[in-house]
Amino acid sequence: MTDKQALVKYCLRLGDNSLVLSYRLSEWCRNAPILEEDLALTNFAFDMIGRTRLLLNYAGETEGEGRTDDDLAYRRGEREFYNNLIVELPNGDFAATIARQLFISAFEFYFFTALQRSTDTTLSEIAAKTLKEVKYHLAHAADWVIRLGDGTEESHNRMQKAVDELWMFTGELFEMDDVDSLLIGLGIAVNLAELKPKWYDKVSRVLSEATLLVPKDGYVQTGSRKGIHTEYLGHILSEMQFLQRAYPDAKW
Amino acid sequence: MNYNKEQILAILATIADPEIPVISISEIGMLKDVIISENGYEVILTPTYTGCPAMGIIAEDIITKLKENNISPVTVKTVFDTAWTTDNISKEAKEKMRRYGIAPPLTRSCNNEIFTINVIPCPQCGSFNTVLVSRFGSTACKAMYKCSDCMEPFEYFKCH
Repeated sequence: MTDKQALVKYCLRLGDNSLVLSYRLSEWCRNAPILEEDLALTNFAFDMIGRTRLLLNYAGETEGEGRTDDDLAYRRGEREFYNNLIVELPNGDFAATIARQLFISAFEFYFFTALQRSTDTTLSEIAAKTLKEVKYHLAHAADWVIRLGDGTEESHNRMQKAVDELWMFTGELFEMDDVDSLLIGLGIAVNLAELKPKWYDKVSRVLSEATLLVPKDGYVQTGSRKGIHTEYLGHILSEMQFLQRAYPDAKW
Repeated sequence: MNYNKEQILAILATIADPEIPVISISEIGMLKDVIISENGYEVILTPTYTGCPAMGIIAEDIITKLKENNISPVTVKTVFDTAWTTDNISKEAKEKMRRYGIAPPLTRSCNNEIFTINVIPCPQCGSFNTVLVSRFGSTACKAMYKCSDCMEPFEYFKCH
């Protein structure tokens, strides 16, 4: 693998994560428990689409074969997507959505903080911009986890269930392969192993404040670094990509 | 006719932000530079938010406005170095924003702003007796508040 190939894959990984999570969060549009939450979750989705476009365009530029953000979003198959499994899971109830958001936003907070120091200036600039947005996502998700965890018996139980069920998908966030090791050597990528204790500490503090138990680490769901996904990603793509697959280059 | 950079920036400074029409793209800090070369005019913009949907409209407005002044060809480039912050909004622009009914960003260098620290004064009646309704509003850059004195809802331009 060349440096260039590694960088393309790294950008796809980051862009696919925000693209697929953005898609899932958009499903809350007009379905959220209250209007303000409807706005909040779609605002998150919106920030993520902006980020996706920057990252996929950069992946396309780096690759140098003339592929745009749209080409990469609409014309790749499931096995060519590198997003973490946790973002493609169905939304579940509001507790599951908000637990996922806490896990992801806490990860992104430390990740983009570190990526600001990347030797790749495009990535460091995207990181600085994204971090400002992620801070709002994290504050919002943490507030909800605390409110629901430390709420009624029903909300507490559902929040705990969501945290427990999603926990096995969080290990994958920190997985590294040859793409990471090559790019860490060049000062481009973030060493995810260094993030894990910070992430665990932040998430544990929020869960404790929410009177929730931090799950014990156990079996970890994995596969996305190799493009192996849950059954859910294919369904997302069949809907998201339908128009461009059926009518290539359609514009309106 | 040949325009210099200052003249072009002055023309562009008349373009309003599509979301807050009392403020120009220059006052809000999105307009960064114009580069004049033999290939034409390149206008450099920086977006407020990564997903800001106004960017496309602003780019069209720029091209249209310059065309009206027979300035072409024009390209618009988006850059992210030194990320946009609400600190870039001028004091005058913040006052215009307040008069328009949007509470302007309160603190400087908002990197660590937590909503509970700051009391946002009502842009309508000036009361400090206000409550946060939602951190997220009709656009990415705003939160929703309510004034407990005049009872009016209002938007707050978040620190960023």
